[in-house]
Amino acid sequence: MSETTSNTVAAVELRKPRFRLDNRYIAPLFITFILLVGHLSYGILESYWKTGLSIVTALVIELILGRIFFGKWLNLASAYITGISVGILVRSPAAWPYALCSAISIMSKYVLRVKGRHIWNPSNFGLSVSFFLAADTMAGLSIQWGNYKAPLIVIWVLGSIIIYRARRFHISATYVVSFFVFAFLRSWITGDPWASEIAPITGPMYQLFVFFMITDPKTTVKSKLGQCVVAFLVAFAEFIFRLMQVVYAPFYALFFVGPTANLIEIWWEARRKQQPI
Amino acid sequence: MTGGKRIAKLILIILFVGLIATPVVLRRLYAHREKSLSTADAQSALNRYGVHFDEVSKAIGINFTHQAPTLDHKLDHIMPQVASMGAAVSIVDFDRDGWPDIYATNSGEGSKNALFKNQQNGSFKDVAGEVGLADVNQVSTGVSMGAVWGDYDNDGYEDLFLYKWGRPELFHNDGGKSFTRVTDKAGFPSWVNANTAIWFDYDADGKLDLFLGGYYSEDVDLWHLKNTRMMPESFEYAQNGGRKFLFHNLGNGSFEEVSQAIGINTKRWALAAVVADLRGSGHPDLFIANDYGISELYFNDGKQFREVGKQAGVGFSPKSGMNAAVGDVLNDGRYSIYVSNISEEGVLIQGNNLWLPKEGTAGDKLQYENLARDMDVEIGGWSFGAQFGDLNNDGNQDLYLVNGYVSADRNKNYWYDFSKITGGNSTIISDAANWPAMEGRSLSGYQQKRVWLNDGSGKFVNVATAVGAGDNYDGRSVALVDLWNRGVLDVVVANQKGPLLVYKNTSAAENKWIDFELEGSGSNRSAIGAEVKLFWNGKKQVQTVTGGSGFCAQNQRRLHFGLGKNPQVEKAEIRWPSGRTQIIERPVIGQVNKVKESA
Repeated sequence: MSETTSNTVAAVELRKPRFRLDNRYIAPLFITFILLVGHLSYGILESYWKTGLSIVTALVIELILGRIFFGKWLNLASAYITGISVGILVRSPAAWPYALCSAISIMSKYVLRVKGRHIWNPSNFGLSVSFFLAADTMAGLSIQWGNYKAPLIVIWVLGSIIIYRARRFHISATYVVSFFVFAFLRSWITGDPWASEIAPITGPMYQLFVFFMITDPKTTVKSKLGQCVVAFLVAFAEFIFRLMQVVYAPFYALFFVGPTANLIEIWWEARRKQQPI
Repeated sequence: MTGGKRIAKLILIILFVGLIATPVVLRRLYAHREKSLSTADAQSALNRYGVHFDEVSKAIGINFTHQAPTLDHKLDHIMPQVASMGAAVSIVDFDRDGWPDIYATNSGEGSKNALFKNQQNGSFKDVAGEVGLADVNQVSTGVSMGAVWGDYDNDGYEDLFLYKWGRPELFHNDGGKSFTRVTDKAGFPSWVNANTAIWFDYDADGKLDLFLGGYYSEDVDLWHLKNTRMMPESFEYAQNGGRKFLFHNLGNGSFEEVSQAIGINTKRWALAAVVADLRGSGHPDLFIANDYGISELYFNDGKQFREVGKQAGVGFSPKSGMNAAVGDVLNDGRYSIYVSNISEEGVLIQGNNLWLPKEGTAGDKLQYENLARDMDVEIGGWSFGAQFGDLNNDGNQDLYLVNGYVSADRNKNYWYDFSKITGGNSTIISDAANWPAMEGRSLSGYQQKRVWLNDGSGKFVNVATAVGAGDNYDGRSVALVDLWNRGVLDVVVANQKGPLLVYKNTSAAENKWIDFELEGSGSNRSAIGAEVKLFWNGKKQVQTVTGGSGFCAQNQRRLHFGLGKNPQVEKAEIRWPSGRTQIIERPVIGQVNKVKESA
């Protein structure tokens, strides 16, 4: 019995890969892959150093604040995603908006906390605030990275696999399906061609939004059903913003719906804990 | 939470709020500065900035309003943004009387172009009908987009090349009295949807050649669309535009198309081009500003061109290039290139490009860096035409920019829908049927022009409203010219679906000037491509005679140098396209120096 057990363990050890990538690094690697492919193929970035500035700003602030408030050097995967997202999504001829947006994003995790949880997705907070307040200097990425379908399909497929592996595919899927339904509804209401309503989701901004922003484990509710409901509500809020002709509709939708859902969940959990067993 | 952490948190919150407030504070400071620069009466502006403009078009007999074409009805829903170009202005002294005249294009089907002859008494008279240059806009042959003048047969009179969305036309100037259409002999293609053309002598054979840049693909007839898939395949990476042509002048009235053979092979959406000897090689280089994509820079090796945009730094970041003009903004004897793009608050901030040669780079290794932000000429709205010129005669090259795309309903904006569709995949964006209807909405309309004065130390200041350039029409083409031979640069602006405006310049009298009017002999007679390097008061400034610059525009042929106060001019060094160099010691200031190429 013990031998058998021992043999089984040995077999398992033999099959164990020599190198196993920590799940935390899959998303950063994927987003880096998107960035490199996009930039080397089409020159999507304003410049290397501006993107570098946003990444470095995010990493440095995360290190400092993590050390001060948690007493340790934090893993930087999350800050890296924030920095690189800002680096890709911000379009400005000036450098300071990149640093500013990154700084606001990371700092929001430490300032805007309820019951120990930060309630906004950091880059969503930073981008929404920046787009709203610094509209004269910066804008969001709103164009295609080239127009070939192949890279688009590769990114969507690869992103889906990765997000599936991270067990958050249902969030992205709910949002995408909802987006298409609402696009159809908008087209019906406004009379605009359906193709123009679905046009935005074929762009890179949505790839980042769908795979990295709305699925952020730290700022989504815990239950699977709840996550789907929130993704649907984000799409619904975006639908409303789009009817109001708001350019950054998805960011603002998540900005309002995400924290609201988190607050409800926090309140609900607190209430449940107070109830006598 | 410990006391230390509480303090840290408090500091963090203050910092956080401070950062969030930063853009708001910066915006207020900027708005305050802009306001202080924009308010001044004429005399105060003259005292403060050394220049003031008065719009005098009606008073001088120029009453011209551009009409846009009505294209295929399949485009009705987005007609204002498709039929959004065609207002152009070019300067010529067509009758060689020493007084500059103005040619303005129109684009409505059946509309007439105008040639405003300078009456030498302050007024102008449209003589286009008399000389045969008016009735050129028809559905069957297309409508005008712009015009460039050049003496292609070296007979001393400037001939007219008219480019269209349609059949390009060449008109021979018959002694300044009338014009004869010679297109068929020239051998130009039957249809090009062109928005830029430049005369230049690329092979220094003494005869002017012609670059012609297509915008829409040449197989698209915008009045009879086969289908609606004629829009750009991408907002920033489109390569389904019109092809480029380079017509080599054979000297017998005909031209040979040589673009592919000599290395110019691109189908980007060209909106502007400019030619100058950027490397000092003696061969004129070609810069193309493309809409929906990167700019292109072609180094000319004499007989062959090679595209070096990426290597030189100007061809990497794709934008919406709509202007190309050269100017020596630092008085260091080198050309900078100004490219206009789109900036719309809250949606798209491309920023215009001011490409300056990088320190330490030259010749084939020449590289550029964009200093538009550092020099404060970056944000100009939906920018179109721009030209360099010393507007206040202080010795520095200033910049005049016009802008505004579609001014319709002031309270309704198309930007949301525009941003929606431009993010789409090629199959979506390239089909006009997928574009949401404009329904009378504006798209970057009613914009304030920019008059950027160069302070000579690397900064420009926008003083447009203070100096009288207060219109907000949809500006397209701008040309600088000394209309009344007074030693100042007046400004002529062609507006889409708007009036042709003439801004008469009043400059500070204490600022001196000098002009050069060149005539080639071994070189082409128009002296296009010749450059003058002027040395005075320890400064040097280079200017070149261009065969078109800006957006669908051509400045006066004469080169105008402001000199500031108490100038001591050392010499003018003239380099002709033939390669000859001529030096004029201590040229006379306050007058036009007429120089003929020495044998």
